[in-house]
Amino acid sequence: MKKEIYTISVYTENNLGLLNRIATLFIKRHINIESLTVSSTEIDNVSRFIIVAFITEDQVKKIIGQIEKQVDVIKAYYHTNEESIYIQSALFKVKSSLLFDERQIQNIIKKSNSQIVTVSREFFVIEKSGRKEEIDKLYNELAPFGIMQFVRSGRISVTKEEMKISEILKKQLN
Amino acid sequence: MNTETVKIKQGKTKTTQRISGSEAIIKCLLAEGVDVLYGYPGGAIMPVYDELYKYQDKIHHVLTRHEQGAIHAAQGYARVSGKAGVAIATSGPGATNLITGIADAQIDSTPVVCITGQVSSHLLGSDAFQETDIVSISTPVTKWNYQITKSSEIPEILAKAFYIAKSGRPGPVLIDITKDAQFGEFDFEYKKCEKIRSYNPVPKMDMAQVKAAAELINKAKKPFIVLGQGVILANAEEELKSLVEKADIPAASTLLGLSALPTEHELNMGMVGMHGHYAPNVLTNDCDVLIAIGMRFDDRVTGNLETYAKQAKVIHFDIDPSEIDKNVKTDVAVLGTVKETLSALIPLINPNKNEEWHKKFKDLHQIEHEEVIHPEINPTKEKLTMGEVINAINKETNGEAIIVSDVGQNQMFASRYADFKQSKSVVTSGGLGTMGFSLPASIGAKMGAPEREVVAIIGDGGFQMTIQELGTILQTKVPVKMVVLNNEFLGMVRQWQELFFDKRYASTVMTNPNFIKIVEGYGIQAKRVTKRENLSNAVSEMIASNEPYFLEVIVEKEGNVFPMIPSGATVSDVRLK
Ligand SMILES: Cc1ncc(C[n+]2csc(CCOP(=O)(O)OP(=O)(O)O)c2C)c(N)n1
Repeated sequence: MKKEIYTISVYTENNLGLLNRIATLFIKRHINIESLTVSSTEIDNVSRFIIVAFITEDQVKKIIGQIEKQVDVIKAYYHTNEESIYIQSALFKVKSSLLFDERQIQNIIKKSNSQIVTVSREFFVIEKSGRKEEIDKLYNELAPFGIMQFVRSGRISVTKEEMKISEILKKQLN
Repeated sequence: MNTETVKIKQGKTKTTQRISGSEAIIKCLLAEGVDVLYGYPGGAIMPVYDELYKYQDKIHHVLTRHEQGAIHAAQGYARVSGKAGVAIATSGPGATNLITGIADAQIDSTPVVCITGQVSSHLLGSDAFQETDIVSISTPVTKWNYQITKSSEIPEILAKAFYIAKSGRPGPVLIDITKDAQFGEFDFEYKKCEKIRSYNPVPKMDMAQVKAAAELINKAKKPFIVLGQGVILANAEEELKSLVEKADIPAASTLLGLSALPTEHELNMGMVGMHGHYAPNVLTNDCDVLIAIGMRFDDRVTGNLETYAKQAKVIHFDIDPSEIDKNVKTDVAVLGTVKETLSALIPLINPNKNEEWHKKFKDLHQIEHEEVIHPEINPTKEKLTMGEVINAINKETNGEAIIVSDVGQNQMFASRYADFKQSKSVVTSGGLGTMGFSLPASIGAKMGAPEREVVAIIGDGGFQMTIQELGTILQTKVPVKMVVLNNEFLGMVRQWQELFFDKRYASTVMTNPNFIKIVEGYGIQAKRVTKRENLSNAVSEMIASNEPYFLEVIVEKEGNVFPMIPSGATVSDVRLK
């Protein structure tokens, strides 16, 4: 079966230890997590995990079943890239002198739709949000000039269809 | 806040009591109807043991000789009583010693609540004496776990623990309680847990699926049921029997489903799986509708999945949605407790007769009987066989005993040859295959069903894995009957070495101690049988005894369990020799 990038969204109670519990489900199946973001949601005490993995549809279905089975998990979904709107962010730290000596850099920043978030005497920081490929592209363009530091966040995404988490919570209490 | 201020603030007499966390733990256990628990004391759990001392007339603590013994005893208790078993241990090594049993309970869906002591909260993460991160360690093998660091959390968390362990598909829960939370005082009030908003233990039954299942069953010419422990966990034995009889469907059981349908029932075709019966294994690949009820298509049941029941439409009744399509693709999945779903199904089923189909089972069974069963029970060789020992036990117990088998050949012979008249008569480690399970589990089983005869069937290898629990039997006088089938080998592994490794018996030969002396050292009656003519008397004396009794039977050293589906082979390639 064909492997693909899947985005798994998990809505959970905001409980200690749940990150570990969910991670073990991947480890048990020898699946490598590509990226992971945990954050609060629009609902009180409900957290959202966004996990990206390169797996088959059969694997993703089974892992969703195992995730949903966990007591503190409210609901889990999986989506392909087509079914969700997703981005990640990256920060590039570059020597300040480059900004003045290498005119091209300014062009690269402008063209890539990224922003300078900080400038100090030693370095400046460029922020770029977008698809993974866009960030890769910017990285490749900046790399020849020397990148002092590079960080990339996990994916965050919202789905095209509606996720009715509040309703699910209400229903399970009645 | 003390009791007085509660009254003033709420303006009414609310009866909360100000007590310590450790006393609260005991009160929670009592509120959950716990009358016995199994454990082992140590520093981080001492406040709770102090309360156990004070409450000893209300709650019976059984001191096992190892924490693994405690958890297996709790499992045995749970499996026969349908209630949650409780095990308790100290932090560090006490807690880690529980892990094997917790993993066993997880894979075999057994409700147990484990309580472990933990170092004081201010020491967490400091590598304090006997600190282990048992919450992380137990995460992959528990249904739920939680660390309590404040005494006021105790009632709510313990209520959740029992609810989660028992509801839906049961499983083990571990609650780790820091020592300061055991000492801390608070206003105690207990409320049972009945709901958790993120947790949906029983999926809603879909009547359309039930109808679809009924349609397939009504059209089937060669229907076949494989039943699992889900039937027993849901108390759906009667519903199962009605379905089997109404539509005249041959049924076979998984290892853990055994005894849900009486052995003698004419539609009971025995056991499926690696060492299961010949007919149900072969005909799995011949049936037109395979009806799986409360089972999970373990690889020991299915053999090679690529060739498992490919010709059949598959209907799967289960409580756990994640089991659907996990191993075998289903045509119709019916979610819910099998009691509920079978009850809904039965009225839609047309009475039926499948005589030709039954004949196939009978014919194949005849072959197995002649080639395997008869020679096993009536051996012509001098040495006793495991099968004839189990058969002798059948005769003495009338098939009414709870059989607690260990792991290996002894387990497969017990499962194949023991008769079961009533449900919950089989306690064994199925999914994990934990050697050493049987002896401590039999202690729990006897306490969970004191009115029933409990016979542990153990290999000489497995016996020595938890042999220390003889001490628990000595101290509690719990009248379990123990049968060690001594072949002086790690028999099951030796069998594989014989069949697949050219008889290279690497580390499977056992030089054993004098078991009789050891058992007698524990003050337990013990007898050894080496000859056929003494077997039935010895078994009869054992069963007649009102006390713990140990019987060692010296059996054929290189006996093999057949039939056998070699691993990786398809179910219908089951070998008779
Ligand atoms: C804890 C544990 N270790 C190892 C095994 C692997 N194993 C499975 S069966 C078996 C042999 C069991 O020997 P014995 O207890 O003498 O029983 P027999 O097969 O001879 O009846 C072994 C070693 C196991 N199941 N459990």
